[in-house]
Amino acid sequence: MIKTDVAIIGGGPAGLSAAIAAADMGAHVTLVDRNQELGGQLLKQTHMFFGSREEYASTRGFDIANILKEELKKRNVDVLLNTTVVGYYKDDGVWGMEHGEDKFVKLKAKKTVVATGAMERHLLFPNNDLPGIYGAGAVQTLMNQYGVVPGKRVLMVGAGNIGLIVSYQLLQAGVEVAAIIDAAPTIGGYLVHASKVRRQGVPIMTSYTVKKAYGNGVLEGATIVKVDNRFQPIPGTEMDMDIDTMCIAVGLNPLVELLWQAGCEMRYIPQLGGHVPVKDENYETTVEGIYVAGDAAEIEEATSAMVEGRIAGLNAAYTMGFDNGHYCDEREKAIKRLQDLRSGPVGVKISNGLLKLAEEAV
Amino acid sequence: MEEKTVVCRCEDITVEEIEELIDLGYDEIEEIKRITRCSMGPCQGRTCRNLLIQVVASKTGKKIDELHIPTYRPPAKNIKMTALAGGDEDEK
Repeated sequence: MIKTDVAIIGGGPAGLSAAIAAADMGAHVTLVDRNQELGGQLLKQTHMFFGSREEYASTRGFDIANILKEELKKRNVDVLLNTTVVGYYKDDGVWGMEHGEDKFVKLKAKKTVVATGAMERHLLFPNNDLPGIYGAGAVQTLMNQYGVVPGKRVLMVGAGNIGLIVSYQLLQAGVEVAAIIDAAPTIGGYLVHASKVRRQGVPIMTSYTVKKAYGNGVLEGATIVKVDNRFQPIPGTEMDMDIDTMCIAVGLNPLVELLWQAGCEMRYIPQLGGHVPVKDENYETTVEGIYVAGDAAEIEEATSAMVEGRIAGLNAAYTMGFDNGHYCDEREKAIKRLQDLRSGPVGVKISNGLLKLAEEAV
Repeated sequence: MEEKTVVCRCEDITVEEIEELIDLGYDEIEEIKRITRCSMGPCQGRTCRNLLIQVVASKTGKKIDELHIPTYRPPAKNIKMTALAGGDEDEK
């Protein structure tokens, strides 16, 4: 059994930042990730980030992963790759992990930061299991990490930032994007991303949804339909599109099964992506010693995930008595950063969700 | 060709099958899970659990936060018996 001060589950932007922050305070940190390489979803993000200099604005996602990995190497952190945390055993406070394919390893930590990220949502429509229908994130992984294009002509379902960015990257890879549709009446993503694909001639059709997919064994087309303001299909507005690939980009759900297992109090908050853990300002859940950060805490983006990771990591270490003398400053700075990140119009949804979570938790 | 709207890809469970069960009175996620194995396949519900919740909520007219969510138990993903039976180094 591995013993450590702070265990971090998940080596994406939140987990890497948590590991760095906890190690800086002086704690011994063990970072666990199920993949062969650290970085999480940053590895496939070839676009430059917004935000501020402190969180690497104007730097591409995979470069941010490299910066964080370099920082990690300078610190006292044990990294376990190819290792998946599969269970939490409450009575002993032990995490069970699958290492490789046939080894079981136990991990006991005084504090844990759960930074497991999120899972792509799927949609319900006839023939939604045809080969050729992907999550947009999966397509981004295929193209940007493995250099494989998914098809020739794509329908993107979802005009949020993921849908818009992946559409642009499909165009860059020489794939035709037939259209971007979204059931909402407005484009969810940033205007700057929407403008980039529109300039390439890709129509963005709001108030449209998928009625059905069709094809003989593989995806050959989809029927889309306009919806009214209650998201009900309007008969007679159907359109057929010849496509061999459909990307579903309709949002993410926090990946929180380990928190459920641990008995953390959970609430259903749509603005935060679904069932999310109740947490305090230090990102500690209702189970003492278990912290959460990043998309597992609420669906937001990598910049805020990094700041949340820092807060969780700092506090996990500090509550054990570790402090390099900068705890108070660092914590205050990070909390302020989060507030700033969420202060603009793009932060309204998250702020409302967090408010609702706080109210319901009382 | 029969057109299916699949909720659970691992266990091949459709919306129609779930709605039929609700019509029969099995309107708890837990019951549907036990009868159909929806969310009990290799992915352990990572994709379908939220779709199942969505179908049950819209068919029963209940709000999602009123629904009872089944207990999550280890392991969170499929793991070989060899690994579990082998145990950790200190158990050998």
